[in-house]
Amino acid sequence: MLKVKVNDIDIEVEEGFTILQACELAGFEIPRFCYHEKLSIAGNCRMCLVEIEKSKKPVASCAMPVAEGMNIKTNTNFVEKARKGVMEFLLANHPLDCPVCDQGGECDLQDQSMFYGIDKSRYKENKRFVPEKYMGPLIKTQMTRCIHCTRCVRFATEVAGVPEIGAIGRGEDMQITTYLEKAMESELSANVIDLCPVGALTSKPYVFEARPWELKKTETIDVMDSVGSNIRVDTYGWEVKRILPKINEDINEEWISDKTRYSCDGLKYQRLDTPYIKKENNFKKVSWFEAFQILKDKINLTSPEKIAGLTGDLTNMETLFACKELFNKVLKSKDLESREKNIYINLSNRNNYLFNSEIKGIEKSDLILLIGTNPRFEATMLNARIRKSFLKNNTEIFSLEDLGDLTYPYKILTNTTEEVKKIIENNSEISKKITKAKYPIIIFGEGALDLNSSKYIFEGLKKFLIENNKINEDWNAINILPFNASAVGSYDLNIVSKTNDTIEKIKNNFFELIFLFGQDNFSFNKKNEFIVYIGSHGDKGAEMADLVLPGAAFTEQDGYFTNLEGKLQMAFKASYPPGEAKEDWVIINEISNLVGRESLFKNKNELLNAMNSYINSNKKDDISNLFKEEFVKEKISTLPNDYYHSNVIARASKTMNECRSIRTKLKKTGTEG
Amino acid sequence: MLEDKDRIFKNLYNDLGSDLDSAKKRGDWINTKEICNKGRDWIIEEVKKSELRGRGGAGFPTGLKWSFAPKKVGAKPHYLVINADESEPGTCKDRDILRFEPHKLIEGCLIASYAVNAHKCYIYLRGEYYNEGIKLQNAIDEAYKSNLIGKNSSGTGWELDIYMHYGAGAYICGEETALLESIEGNKGQPRLKPPFPALVGLYGCPTIINNVETIAVIPTILKKGSKWFSSLGKPKNTGTKIFCISGNVNSPCNVEEEMGIKLKDLIEKHAGGVVGGWDNLQAVIPGGSSMPMLSKEISENITMDFDSLVENNSGLGTAGIIVINKDQDIIKCMARIARFYKHESCGQCTPCREGSGWMWRILERMAKGEASKDEVNMLADVTKQIEGHTICAFGEGSAWPVQGLLRHFKKEIIERNNFNPLVKNSKNIPYLIDQHILEEDIKNVKS
Repeated sequence: MLKVKVNDIDIEVEEGFTILQACELAGFEIPRFCYHEKLSIAGNCRMCLVEIEKSKKPVASCAMPVAEGMNIKTNTNFVEKARKGVMEFLLANHPLDCPVCDQGGECDLQDQSMFYGIDKSRYKENKRFVPEKYMGPLIKTQMTRCIHCTRCVRFATEVAGVPEIGAIGRGEDMQITTYLEKAMESELSANVIDLCPVGALTSKPYVFEARPWELKKTETIDVMDSVGSNIRVDTYGWEVKRILPKINEDINEEWISDKTRYSCDGLKYQRLDTPYIKKENNFKKVSWFEAFQILKDKINLTSPEKIAGLTGDLTNMETLFACKELFNKVLKSKDLESREKNIYINLSNRNNYLFNSEIKGIEKSDLILLIGTNPRFEATMLNARIRKSFLKNNTEIFSLEDLGDLTYPYKILTNTTEEVKKIIENNSEISKKITKAKYPIIIFGEGALDLNSSKYIFEGLKKFLIENNKINEDWNAINILPFNASAVGSYDLNIVSKTNDTIEKIKNNFFELIFLFGQDNFSFNKKNEFIVYIGSHGDKGAEMADLVLPGAAFTEQDGYFTNLEGKLQMAFKASYPPGEAKEDWVIINEISNLVGRESLFKNKNELLNAMNSYINSNKKDDISNLFKEEFVKEKISTLPNDYYHSNVIARASKTMNECRSIRTKLKKTGTEG
Repeated sequence: MLEDKDRIFKNLYNDLGSDLDSAKKRGDWINTKEICNKGRDWIIEEVKKSELRGRGGAGFPTGLKWSFAPKKVGAKPHYLVINADESEPGTCKDRDILRFEPHKLIEGCLIASYAVNAHKCYIYLRGEYYNEGIKLQNAIDEAYKSNLIGKNSSGTGWELDIYMHYGAGAYICGEETALLESIEGNKGQPRLKPPFPALVGLYGCPTIINNVETIAVIPTILKKGSKWFSSLGKPKNTGTKIFCISGNVNSPCNVEEEMGIKLKDLIEKHAGGVVGGWDNLQAVIPGGSSMPMLSKEISENITMDFDSLVENNSGLGTAGIIVINKDQDIIKCMARIARFYKHESCGQCTPCREGSGWMWRILERMAKGEASKDEVNMLADVTKQIEGHTICAFGEGSAWPVQGLLRHFKKEIIERNNFNPLVKNSKNIPYLIDQHILEEDIKNVKS
């Protein structure tokens, strides 16, 4: 510990702290533009200058490490003069267009010029103009406003791992650009908008939509992938205007993926706002009462074993639990399934379906093996952590399959089950490396759990890891990376078909009545089934449905989600369902009331209590013994994942559509023939 | 005047030939092995004793710099980097060393590399020095062929490889850390210090960076002894130095002279005097364009060494003396220099990026007489706001010449720019200080 003085206050700081950190510790805020906790230090904005005793020049506090006995001063004339000087330079060529700038109200330059700015400018020359740069459909540029802090450049190279933003030119002609002026090929690109301390990079879809102080801010979580990034939803009336990241060091740090941020306009389009009934291949609007009457008749006419239900990828746990209760108590059917495919799942222990090493744990890992997963598209935030780990520990990363650019180098093995068998049998280089590694991480994607030998490779590897003491109290090397936000919650609630054949039976047209609770990723050849779709968007599920009941999206109802690490998080209500749509659990409760003449739950609290006690009771149907543990020589490949179209909200989003079309065009170089 | 026997660069004018044989006749590559055999500590101690100060501009003691390198090679190799990116306007001393005395430099590289435990030496050459680069490369090839450097350099057992690296014509790459960035293939922008290059330099390894002239004088110092070197010049400003005299003189030249020689002697004796006589002198820039100018009165008696120039609010810099006589428009001259700095600023730090262009534009207007009177003080303010607020010394380099102009020629500027702004300057409040701080100050003074 080092003893230093900040403005005559004695404090002790750890070695390696910068002066800026020491000052913050002592309670003095230091203005800054280029400095950012999560990025490397550039020290070029010169706003954080402080005075150090015995130093003639002011010192950039963000870059200077603290030394024993330093006497730091932040509130002297000298410091104020230096900072005002820097601020004057920053403002010299900065346009005075705050009234038409989207950053207004949350602009670092605006805020700090209130402290260090001068009311009139001495700069009489013509201000600099910098041409706009095209940075894709998400980032709007107004480069004249740029103060060259290079946060975006550092983010792109360090965190996103795509060195596509940089500075060209020098001196006052320096310009930040994507060089070839094309969209950044990263799923994290829009984070540069948050990082930009001025209005040079602003959000294109949100342009001129609202001022920050007009928006209602709700801190909630994201459901675009199973990571459960923490976000802040900004709403203006009913409409979700934008989504911003909320800091959670354990999950998403300060970043969110582009899909999380920009699929929010999908909440406006393709919404189901009233019940529909399909008549002569056309949907007709009906009232809730009529819809329920039809449904009641249908249920009463169908024998329980001919009723099946599928829950969806964005379904919250309350709804899942209500579905479960509905099927158990009212419909008396056993065929409720949360999986889209018959992937291997072992519910006997929670560790068998979680990301046990935790996202935070990736940082200390020294070996990562990817089996049947592409984390870049399946869980972007997790991929960013893997990159961080690579940068920090030079982590060795292996993937069975060639996954293209993952933003970090990795070694490609052969993508067959034999490769895994070799590892299990301790016959391969990788097994030696795993045994040697202190914190190995093995990530199973759903692509590896969808095989004939899934049970063999999963259980085999687990056994191998246990034997080598890689699964112990401190560390659990085996991880599952599910696709969907609701996956872990569904497993926790034991929503799997007890006979493991519901999906097969649906495909064989065994059932007469099928409920789709927000399930849009499932398709089969429909014959005479009556399909009821309960969900928020008119997508695949609603298309094949005979009866559509409008539900709420994740921003429109309070609902729990368990993320891939098993963390229970709540998505809060930021807006309300459109038109006549209702919260999902309410719909299910009403169906129960209709059919069983009794509500499942009196209110939400009762639901939550019942759900809690169910989870705590830990009643699980272990269906793993229904899978054959056999070795078949087969290919392991990641499931196709259309990143920008992976769920209903994203599919309804115009921004995501635009991104998708640009990304597919980007891949065409014109030389493929 | 420096006697011929004390001259280090005997072939400064290429009278004697720059090839290896001629160089050997002048004493290069003699006793190199013996010098190295005396050990690292002896070399560093001897350089320290000679009080040699870096010839690149900052005047940092060379021996001290070398002693900052880790004593033992750890996991990372050490590097020696020679800064031959001589871009300072008015300076061309390194050019003649590269052309005519390359073997002094290469021998110096070997000794310095040995002293700082470096097996690799990079010479970062200014891009425009293409022909000089060819000559240097020839000399390096000669040295390799004669086993003076290479696997067993000069029989010392020390392995040394010298690589030449051309710059691409950026002034800022003469700044040592920007130079390292440039060698690494990045944009030439200075790095933050600390960590200093002696610990974390090229590719993250300990690196010693020296100017061409500094390294080229090392072999002679070690051969003739530190006492001889320190007996020349003034205390703390020892030895000889190549002065480059240009501008309005009758015969511009490079000349090796003792440190502490009178500026007037340099101009009168070596450069044939000021065009139009000494009385026609207007100002002298003593150390390359980045140093503040000296007025005629100061130039009369000043001696050319680090300390006495600092006393006179200037600096020796690279010792590129630019003489400006009364035929020149001094404001225009400074506007041109300001334009150079505006063009060469790397654009990393705010004050230099925005300030250098601002200064140039004001000076351009002042040269035309289009500025207002109050802008003179504002310009002074701007220079003060740049100076000392940047990562590297470029901030000072761009601000000092303007400060020099304001120091000595304020009257001329005001005479030319006699436009008075409408705003009355009655309150006399310093522009950048807030009123409340001012009041506090007054209170403090009173109590």
